[in-house]
Amino acid sequence: MIEKSAKPSTNSRKTAVPSPTLPDEHLEIVSGWGESTRGMSYVYRPSTLEALANVFETARRTGRTVAMRGGGNSYGDAFMNDENIVLDLRRMNRVLDWDPGNGRIRVEPGMSIHELWQYVIEDGWWPPVVTGTSKTTIGGCAGMNVHGKNSWRKGTIGDHILEFDLMLPSGEIIPCSRTENSDIFHAAIGGMGMLGCFTSLTLKMTRIYSGYLQVHTQAQPDLAGMFDYFHGYVDESDYIVGWMDAFAGGAALGRGDVHRAYYLPEGADPNPSQSLRLENQHVPENLFGIVPKSIMWLGMRPFMNNVGTKLINTAKYYAGQVTGGKVYPQTHAAFHFLLDYVPHWKKAYGPGGLIQYQPFVPKDKAPAAFAEILRVSQAFGQPNYLTVFKRHRPDDFLLSHALDGFSMAMDFRITPDNRHQILKLTRALDEIVLAANGRFYFAKDSTVRPEVARAYLGEEAITQFRALKARCDPDNILQSNLWRRVFGAA
Amino acid sequence: MSKKANIVSKPLQPIKRAIVVGASSGIGAALTRELVGRGYVVAALARREGELNALCAALNAYSPDTPRAFPYVHDVTNSDAVPALFQTIVQDLGGLDLVVYAAGMQTAVSLDEYDTAKDKTMIDTNLIGAVAWLNQAAVRFSRARRGHIVGISSIAGDRGRVGAPGYNTSKAGLNTFLEALRNRLAKKGVTVTTIKPGFVDTALLKNAPKTFWVISPEEAAQQIAAAIQQKRQVVYVPARWGLVGLIIRHIPSFIFRRLNF
Repeated sequence: MIEKSAKPSTNSRKTAVPSPTLPDEHLEIVSGWGESTRGMSYVYRPSTLEALANVFETARRTGRTVAMRGGGNSYGDAFMNDENIVLDLRRMNRVLDWDPGNGRIRVEPGMSIHELWQYVIEDGWWPPVVTGTSKTTIGGCAGMNVHGKNSWRKGTIGDHILEFDLMLPSGEIIPCSRTENSDIFHAAIGGMGMLGCFTSLTLKMTRIYSGYLQVHTQAQPDLAGMFDYFHGYVDESDYIVGWMDAFAGGAALGRGDVHRAYYLPEGADPNPSQSLRLENQHVPENLFGIVPKSIMWLGMRPFMNNVGTKLINTAKYYAGQVTGGKVYPQTHAAFHFLLDYVPHWKKAYGPGGLIQYQPFVPKDKAPAAFAEILRVSQAFGQPNYLTVFKRHRPDDFLLSHALDGFSMAMDFRITPDNRHQILKLTRALDEIVLAANGRFYFAKDSTVRPEVARAYLGEEAITQFRALKARCDPDNILQSNLWRRVFGAA
Repeated sequence: MSKKANIVSKPLQPIKRAIVVGASSGIGAALTRELVGRGYVVAALARREGELNALCAALNAYSPDTPRAFPYVHDVTNSDAVPALFQTIVQDLGGLDLVVYAAGMQTAVSLDEYDTAKDKTMIDTNLIGAVAWLNQAAVRFSRARRGHIVGISSIAGDRGRVGAPGYNTSKAGLNTFLEALRNRLAKKGVTVTTIKPGFVDTALLKNAPKTFWVISPEEAAQQIAAAIQQKRQVVYVPARWGLVGLIIRHIPSFIFRRLNF
């Protein structure tokens, strides 16, 4: 579909003034993490502030726009910028300052969560908020304002960023914190890279007294059980995450497994200096010590259809029921980075890739809304293959997904034949979410439309953001496919 | 400065994008219409601005809110301008899936006429222009690991004949160039299609002394679009010319020398 604002040129474009070209060697395939969409962009990987500023200059000179890419783990089009420039910041991954005494760390934007936790853990610290994969970068996490499995307790990552420096497309670098340029601070976090490029970020780590978490698992027979469990444990646990079998219907609608985890209090681990060591945290490379995990996705491939996944989800649920109530220690890395356990697992979804649909709904309306969402997905014949359930709290960032409620992240496999059906489904689900005063999350998004964003963010927030963007980026150089799709180029 | 195409990409709504070089008349114009009808967004290129704008305006009149045809004035003999224009167009379209080189011209030459200027014009338009555009397409599509290159050649490229040395040469060169691209790019996931039309009712036909099996540009365009969809390699349009081509290619020289077509 073509955007309505597109108008045919009334006159043909002359060749008399050729625009300066960009070198072909920068032209790369850039695909959202879900690989349901791809495009070509001119990718630049600067390693210094000067090189970074030069990319903006190149963009200006060649009439191109610039999008930011961190670890490239946004499911949809957040870091895509078809036929324009993508700034891949992963080479800017240095630690600029670290104080093991108070847990304050200042890093460059391209440092990954993986590099960060490895850097701080032996001093007895852990990042306050981590994503389900450790391949995300701090800059990317800040730009998308990510959350973790402790979202209701620790909020979004923005809540733990003390200050940052932001390079504007002009090359000027401005310091931002809750007291300095606070309007930009609250908009750039969650601002999808549309105000500037983070050049350094300062975060406060969380003190830990063991390399292990104490993990409890419990199977839940239905959606009500799932909500009850969360209500029962949010006050005492440090992390809770639920997995749901979206194929189960009727009385079993919303059944699944819940994992909750606790930090060990000081003194509980007899030998923390051992358990906090890196080698203790490493996730094994082989399954059962034999099968290399790098090829495990091949074994999953035959099950990635409605029948196979239904089988697996059912098996997983009953396995959870058998092992339910189990309590065991698990390393921080193993508990958090579930997505990294099976490398390339997304390939199991096939060449069409996947999208994720993750609505956030206020706590009082969530049970009815989520039941409705599961039912409607089933009625469309498009039950989602992986459903993850979390609890959240609101934050004070301008464009935010956060609210006092629950989220349900659903993975849908995409094929050339079901694309249209999935689009229709997400539009039907949008209505349910908006009616329940719900919100969406750009890191995961592939389907939000401008009117949906206006409905849940509110005109005022969007107008404020645009005003800040006009100040930081008067030439509108910072753009992405996501930005154009949801907020328009103008 | 005119407004850009400004196509917005959306994850679940893929758009097919094409460049048609030589779109103001004949097969190029008909193919532009056919591709737009099949849902493509098309950058239409030609030297003649009036015809080009009229074509695009007529196509966009069907859906003024979602225009699909965008005119770019370009003279294919100006190959220095191609790299920059190619990038501009692809940026405007927001991507590229298909490039069709349909620019072609034929000047009548008599049986004893040896006119270098005439031959050079045909070779520049029919071959060198194609090389300039399709080289750009080749670089991009090999980096994208997908894409489709189509050259509108002619059955006239199958042999050198008494009536059209320059034209035959330009089309034979185009055939060979397309074959070489195909061999280079197949392993990179790129498809290259050579289209060899017989007699099509276009301006070029006035140079043909005897004609038969004439089809309209619209019929030709339909068959070409079908060949593109099927990712075919070498296609005679209509198909019966394949048999003619087969025979012509196998006529021994001692006979061919005595023929006067």
